[in-house]
Amino acid sequence: MEKNTPIKPVETQQKQLYHIKVNINGVDYEHDVEARLLLVHYIRDVVGLTGTHIGCDTSNCGACTVIFNGKSVKSCTMFAVQANGAKILTIEGLSKNGELHPIQRAFWENHALQCGYCTPGFIMQAYWLLKENPNPKEEEIRKGISGNLCRCTGYQNIVKAIMQAAKELRSK
Amino acid sequence: MAVTAIFGARVKRKEDPRLITGKGTYVADITPLGCLYVAFLRSPHAHARIKSINASKALSMKGVIAVYIGQDIKGKLNPVPTGWPIATDPPIKIPKYYPLPLDKVRFQGEPVAAVVAENYYIARDALDAIEVEYEPLPTVVNQEEAVKESAPLLYDDIPNNTSFVWELKGGDVDSAFKEADLIIEKRMVNHRLQPTPMESRAVVAQYNSATNELTMWITTQAPHIHRLLISGILNMPENKIRVIAPDVGGGFGSKIPTYGVDALVAFIAKELKRPVKFVEDRRENYLATAHGRDHIQYVQLAAKKDGRILGLKVTSYANLGAYLSTAAPGVPTYLFGLMLSGAYKIKAVNCKVYGVLTNTAPVDAYRGAGRPEATYLVERMVDILAQRLKMDPAELRKINFIKHDEFPYVVCTGIQYDSGNYERTLEKALQLVEYKKMRGEQAKARAEGKLIGIGISSYVEICGLGPSRAVRGTGFSLGLYESATVRVHPSGKVTVYTGTSPHGQGEETAFAQIVAEEFGISIDDVEVVHGDTAMIPWGMGTYGSRTVPVGGGAIAIAAKKIIEKAKKIAANMLEVKEEDLAFEKGRFYVKGAPSRGVSFQEVALASYQGEQLPAGMEPGLEATTFYDPENFTFPFGTHVCVVEIDKDTGQINILKYVAVDDCGRQINPMIVEGQVHGGIAQGLAQAIWEEAVYDNSGNLITATLQDYAMPTAMEIPSFITDSTVTPSPHNPLGVKGVGETGTIASTPALVNAVVDALSHMGIDHIDIPLKPERIWKLLKNR
Amino acid sequence: MIPRNFVYFSPSSEKEALELLNEYKSDARILAGGMSLIPLMKMRLVSPSYLIDINKVESLSYIKEEKNRLRIGALTRYYEIEKSSTLKKLLPIMNEAATWVGDPQVRNMGTIGGSLSHADPSGDFGSVILALNGQIITSSLNGQRTIKADDFFVDSFTTALNANEMLKEIVIDLPEGMNGGAYVKLERKAGDFAIVAVAAQLSIDSKGNCNYAGIGLTSVGPTNLKAKKAESFLLGKQLNERTIDETAEIAASEARPIDDPLRGSAEYKRAMVKVLTKRALNLALKRARGV
Repeated sequence: MEKNTPIKPVETQQKQLYHIKVNINGVDYEHDVEARLLLVHYIRDVVGLTGTHIGCDTSNCGACTVIFNGKSVKSCTMFAVQANGAKILTIEGLSKNGELHPIQRAFWENHALQCGYCTPGFIMQAYWLLKENPNPKEEEIRKGISGNLCRCTGYQNIVKAIMQAAKELRSK
Repeated sequence: MAVTAIFGARVKRKEDPRLITGKGTYVADITPLGCLYVAFLRSPHAHARIKSINASKALSMKGVIAVYIGQDIKGKLNPVPTGWPIATDPPIKIPKYYPLPLDKVRFQGEPVAAVVAENYYIARDALDAIEVEYEPLPTVVNQEEAVKESAPLLYDDIPNNTSFVWELKGGDVDSAFKEADLIIEKRMVNHRLQPTPMESRAVVAQYNSATNELTMWITTQAPHIHRLLISGILNMPENKIRVIAPDVGGGFGSKIPTYGVDALVAFIAKELKRPVKFVEDRRENYLATAHGRDHIQYVQLAAKKDGRILGLKVTSYANLGAYLSTAAPGVPTYLFGLMLSGAYKIKAVNCKVYGVLTNTAPVDAYRGAGRPEATYLVERMVDILAQRLKMDPAELRKINFIKHDEFPYVVCTGIQYDSGNYERTLEKALQLVEYKKMRGEQAKARAEGKLIGIGISSYVEICGLGPSRAVRGTGFSLGLYESATVRVHPSGKVTVYTGTSPHGQGEETAFAQIVAEEFGISIDDVEVVHGDTAMIPWGMGTYGSRTVPVGGGAIAIAAKKIIEKAKKIAANMLEVKEEDLAFEKGRFYVKGAPSRGVSFQEVALASYQGEQLPAGMEPGLEATTFYDPENFTFPFGTHVCVVEIDKDTGQINILKYVAVDDCGRQINPMIVEGQVHGGIAQGLAQAIWEEAVYDNSGNLITATLQDYAMPTAMEIPSFITDSTVTPSPHNPLGVKGVGETGTIASTPALVNAVVDALSHMGIDHIDIPLKPERIWKLLKNR
Repeated sequence: MIPRNFVYFSPSSEKEALELLNEYKSDARILAGGMSLIPLMKMRLVSPSYLIDINKVESLSYIKEEKNRLRIGALTRYYEIEKSSTLKKLLPIMNEAATWVGDPQVRNMGTIGGSLSHADPSGDFGSVILALNGQIITSSLNGQRTIKADDFFVDSFTTALNANEMLKEIVIDLPEGMNGGAYVKLERKAGDFAIVAVAAQLSIDSKGNCNYAGIGLTSVGPTNLKAKKAESFLLGKQLNERTIDETAEIAASEARPIDDPLRGSAEYKRAMVKVLTKRALNLALKRARGV
């Protein structure tokens, strides 16, 4: 996918739409969208990947975290039009051939989730975090997930899970 | 292959595979074909008369289907009821609260109009096009202000904005106070919180006009209760409504109530004959979904100088918000007052509670629901007494504890604590925190001018709601038994249908563990179904830490009924007497001739074939139980917290946090720990960071997650947890429930630690939240 | 939390962006990281008719070391500032301050140019640039301008930028000799706006006298504030406990905090300016001495 694919506005009778091409989890999507359509709504309601969640209005909770051109971002604070030409990874794209990613497995083994609502956001943030810092200390993990809120777990098991995943990923 | 010793094992959760892969189904993920979207125009004013509403511009917008206001539902929707009209004298005054107001709004964020559109973006745009003329009225947000004669009145027929005055008299408090060597008085604030489940509320309603069937997906903690109450508001037969709670992203009490908008969305679906969807945003969740706590308490404690606590007098002003939410009246009264003797042999307790209406969001159960408010009060007063008497707070607790050999123990408020060993959890916690060493470090630190404090909180709480006679006696509308159907299929697989409605607590796993253990089968062969009124005959939902004791208890009894029947079938199949059979590892075998046996699966199949059944026995292998517990359960424990205070800024640094909890037998210790962790995080959050703030005009200042300071992984410390096991004697499994204990214990543990750090300066109490400025102010003048 | 609609442009060059800005002026907003702008749009506090997304103008993202100054492009993300080895070597107060901005996801998108243009008095980097006596280079079809940081922040959320002008670059003269800086922040919780924060940059001579003092204050005024009186007090003096204490006292007197029901009273904030200025100066001094 070209990096600087120029975006063209599509004139319609009713409203201005923009034609975007986005690669999500290895699949190319093309849609005509309003400029104001939030990326998280594009992912959930247009593409149909509902694993990415919305938990707040003010970019605080991180439940909407996805990987955007290699960086973890809050998809509620981006417009879908910004994703034209981008490569996005969501929670649904993490396991390959039905096999769980080590981070997913670590969350499962360490009871790092309860209601599960914040979990995709944490897992994607952990995914980015461990790419950046494959051998984090506990404080670095806590700082690394400080943009994600969890109401159920008290964070302790999430930190443990990320530690375990880090170890496993390093050994690969 | 059959696996035993599942009960008590740290089994990985069956819920997780879908949740860690983004394949969970939350209400916001559900969009039936042709679904319309509802957005609510909400009142910016906390108290105002509605003079006019003009929706013509909105209706003319492309994609807008309809607008509903109070006039449109008049005579069609009944008021939103409260489910717990507590018995008081004079009787409780219940305000009439409709899903959309006709003439008056009473809290900021109250929905005033519902816009229905083809998509959410259009609906949101349409809100801006609705013109509402308000006549603002004076507001009152504080409950002590609201009861005054001069206060603005929310409802003309509720004088002094007082819905009820509730009293509890336990023991002889007057003679207790006469005997006292000292009486300590304190005013305490247990401030308002916003429960903040990460998933806000959502409702999808789909109506079939040909069959008059309404299907709803709701983020509820109690689908059957929702169905019952919605049928009442809509005037629609209960058995034509199906409520489904799919995956629900946390509730903490705020998803128990039936809200007006829930019924309204259903009404709109019926009117328009198209599916309708509403998803709260966070601001709406904060403005209009139930808040928690908000008590102002006046306490008097009477004690002897040897440390024995003789009695407690409490007057509490409970802020109920602008209308009575589903469980609201019982939370600051029964769930609070009954526990005011705590873990101690306090012979007399008097409690008077004013339930006050104000121009704020409704207040209902929030993790702990009444018990954190009680435990905070008691544990703070115990520490204040210790300070006054210059006694070690651990020693003072030991002097007053109900002793381990005195259970079951009837406390002066009339309830019977089922079992306990408070001394043991205290001892263990002190050991784990290295108490003596910490006291030494504290002394050293003090000498260097540093501020280190140690706080203890020994709690007991009432949960496993609950015995129907007892709760009905409090005015609760229904019993609090629980139902379970355990169905063994011809293939030997099992499905468990529970009337509880977990939303993160892991009972799909824990309940499977109970049954797998009982039947000697693999946990993979057991499926647990919950949250669908069409699949489950009846249920009272998940809250009050009842899912495992009451829900699990029902399952345990049903499972036993099945084994009883299975044994009879097996005996018949093997042509022996029942007494000659043993059952182990999923197999019935003849004692003394173990090679002669039949597996559980073989019995299951036989039960559906029929010819090997004893005469007169019905085919099939399933059992339904409605388990009405004989008592509540009383988990207990001790938490100890060590803090250091930054003298210059007032910030609190948690150095150590130890929790020793006893919830009876543990089905899955990993899940128990998780509940404790999450509970502690919320209790610490109340102690230090979180605060729902209204200004005097009723504007909610903390209506976003930027403003409401819910802590992150950087604020919440790591915990050292341990447990003791003191089974509940009356519960079929010996379990007690543990969902709320962490929250109940941790707030006072933290506050006791901070006060302890400053006690040498003569400080004995600081109101929560312990914002750094509050502490800084105290230190400034010393 | 849905914005009003707008017309969207995604120019691929600075010139294209400026042409659009020149045409639409104050009906338009530049979209960089979006971490400040998009939340405002979602709350409908700001509803530009035109959004000029400059994220594809890669020529605006750089950290360049020149002979005795640093040039940082407006589109440089906080993530890049945090990780920059150039900055770590030459001006580590920048790396430190970056770690305090928002949270990791916000730092992946948020840009220094975007924040400075947003001019939130609670923004962290305004104070850092003030403490460093930085210069803002603006760009428009009319050419470029240089604005001193101190002149750039006019009022809350108001800068000296003209309607057809965009922030292009930040220029910072590199400190000479023994120098050190620190950014210290008091917040309710991670990722929150500061209750108070202080940026301090010091240079000392071999005798320990201060030959450069820069102090920037966050969240205690209508804009980020430069504590000029405190700076000039310290200049030329020996850096010791007494002078640092007095400098901090003066900085506190220069603060103009207001009461905030959530983050603190003016009285508390003023007191914290003193506490944090002391801490920042002590840290900066330690680092200047190389300990």
